[in-house]
Amino acid sequence: MDMKRNYYEDVQLFRSGVVVFWFVLFMAALAVFPLVAKNYYVYVVNYICINIIVVLGLNILVGYTGQISLGHAGFFAIGAYGTIILMTKAHLPFIIALPLGGLVAAVFGFLVGIPALRLEGPYLAIATLGFGLTVTQVIGRTDFFGGRQGLHAPPLTIGPWHLNTDKEFYYLLITLTVLLTLAARNLIKTKVGRAFIAIRDADIAAETMGVNLVFYKTLAFAVSAFYAGVGGGLYAFVLRFIEPEVFNLFMSVMFLAMVVVGGLGSIMGSIAGATLLAWLDLQLRNIVAIPYLGEWLETFSKTYMTLTGMSNIQFIVFGLIMVLIMVFEPLGIFGMWIRTKIYWKTWPF
Amino acid sequence: MIDFLQIIVSGIAVGSSYALMGLAMVIIYKTTEVPNFVQGEMALISVFLAFMIINSYGAPVYVAFPCALAFAAVLGGFLEFAVLRRAKEPNILSLIVITMGLEMVLMGIVSWKFGADAKTMPFPISPYDSVALGEIFISGLELLTMLTALVLMIAIFLFYRFSKLGVAMKATQQNKVAARLMGIRTNRINLLTWGMSSVVGCVAGLLISPVVMDPYMMWDPMLKGFTAAVVGGMTSLPGSVVGAYIVGVIEHLFGAYVSIEFKSVVAFAIIVLVLCIKPSGLFTRHYVKKV
Repeated sequence: MDMKRNYYEDVQLFRSGVVVFWFVLFMAALAVFPLVAKNYYVYVVNYICINIIVVLGLNILVGYTGQISLGHAGFFAIGAYGTIILMTKAHLPFIIALPLGGLVAAVFGFLVGIPALRLEGPYLAIATLGFGLTVTQVIGRTDFFGGRQGLHAPPLTIGPWHLNTDKEFYYLLITLTVLLTLAARNLIKTKVGRAFIAIRDADIAAETMGVNLVFYKTLAFAVSAFYAGVGGGLYAFVLRFIEPEVFNLFMSVMFLAMVVVGGLGSIMGSIAGATLLAWLDLQLRNIVAIPYLGEWLETFSKTYMTLTGMSNIQFIVFGLIMVLIMVFEPLGIFGMWIRTKIYWKTWPF
Repeated sequence: MIDFLQIIVSGIAVGSSYALMGLAMVIIYKTTEVPNFVQGEMALISVFLAFMIINSYGAPVYVAFPCALAFAAVLGGFLEFAVLRRAKEPNILSLIVITMGLEMVLMGIVSWKFGADAKTMPFPISPYDSVALGEIFISGLELLTMLTALVLMIAIFLFYRFSKLGVAMKATQQNKVAARLMGIRTNRINLLTWGMSSVVGCVAGLLISPVVMDPYMMWDPMLKGFTAAVVGGMTSLPGSVVGAYIVGVIEHLFGAYVSIEFKSVVAFAIIVLVLCIKPSGLFTRHYVKKV
């Protein structure tokens, strides 16, 4: 489908001028978006952006390197708490605290990556899951991290700008998201990315070809954790208030679900999956507000179920999406897109 | 000394319910290689069914509990037949995602139906009446849990050793293709395995329900059971039981002597340590992939 004739065509960021054109147009649309949209939708996009950042990182680990992580909420929490504590206790400016928070998460990612060298399958899953739960417990029970009361995010200033509303924060967030997306795409297209993919496809074969497994596996964990940490640091400023209960196992599962629903081993897939599930997450939180369906569900709940448990419908929806995607389209939204594209390419035939 | 013994006994009692969950997971993992995150919720929905039968229809416990067990068997078989079997070329990641998805669906249904508030299961044995064994006190429920776990373990051992179905299950575990060539319907074996494992999980759920009963009650036992199974080696039935006792006892010792706050996380610290030394658990040989 897309034939590469030389090395530079393989590593270039944009495949053709057409792609550059659409990219520029899309960026322009993103730039004017907060000027025309309502505040709530800007908040929705902010929320989606954060999920995109984390899911990109997780996809590097899961989709490209073939490892499993059920503990990404842990890295996310480390990034969020790290950034806020660096700002409030060490009085660093946001612009330094955010990457530092990400680096702290990356160090933890490296540490998790070391035992992960010898583990695979369910063993790796339970080890990372344990890590995620441990982080939440430790944060929730240490006074330095605010304990159960949580922490408030300090006011956000970058140089002369005060970013206090959603719309102002949007510009920072969208810039970072685009930069991190391009960075992820670039990483995958270079030597490191090819090493990751080689490890995923056959780690022993990769090792015989000269890929240093120890280095690249831990690097994959560290890069992934860095993305999650940066996402966490930004998330703290979207919520303005963080508490340990937010970073639970459900969050880790949701990140993994976004990766899988979007498509393993695909940057576009990560964006699509994160957008779809994060949007659904926000929509289903106040399910009663959905026209027609909400009212019907309310009466249904009153008659057969309980009204207090109605918010759990979102779990049912997410669970069904995860199961159906895995059973019918294991490549996720990206797989559907590829199939549609191939179908229409030769359409009448 | 008595204190120490008391802690050990309580640890073993808690370990027994982990052991049941661990056994249930190992039964499935051995035969179908599915890391079954939906185990706890299969038990959860059966336990709530028993609760509903008792509360709404006024049925006695000895009717409701067998109903729950039967429902658990059917549910396990149904999930295998309707979902797991349909997955195309599943790898470990997609299996984790599928079972996590099912877990969310089942838990969502239970908490939608019953709400998130805690219930009390009308159980014949109270968890608060103690029995004295010498100078060690143990509640009737803990004793029952330990005994049930022991009986079930022996039953499962005998089943695998002496029954035709059990031998067929073992054959399927060892070599699926060869088993099929020998005339074993491996699909049906998978279905029955899921049913059986679901029943074991349901027993664990019913034994936990008098102490705590809300839609999140099976989370902790399931994760600890999984931890125990991984410590024991995921494919070894005795391993998972020993792993469960280790996890239960260490948890209680840690809670008593070091810090009660971090009691519930210590299990995961154990697991990382064990896996660093023996990457496939304590009781299985490490499988080295050949090219």
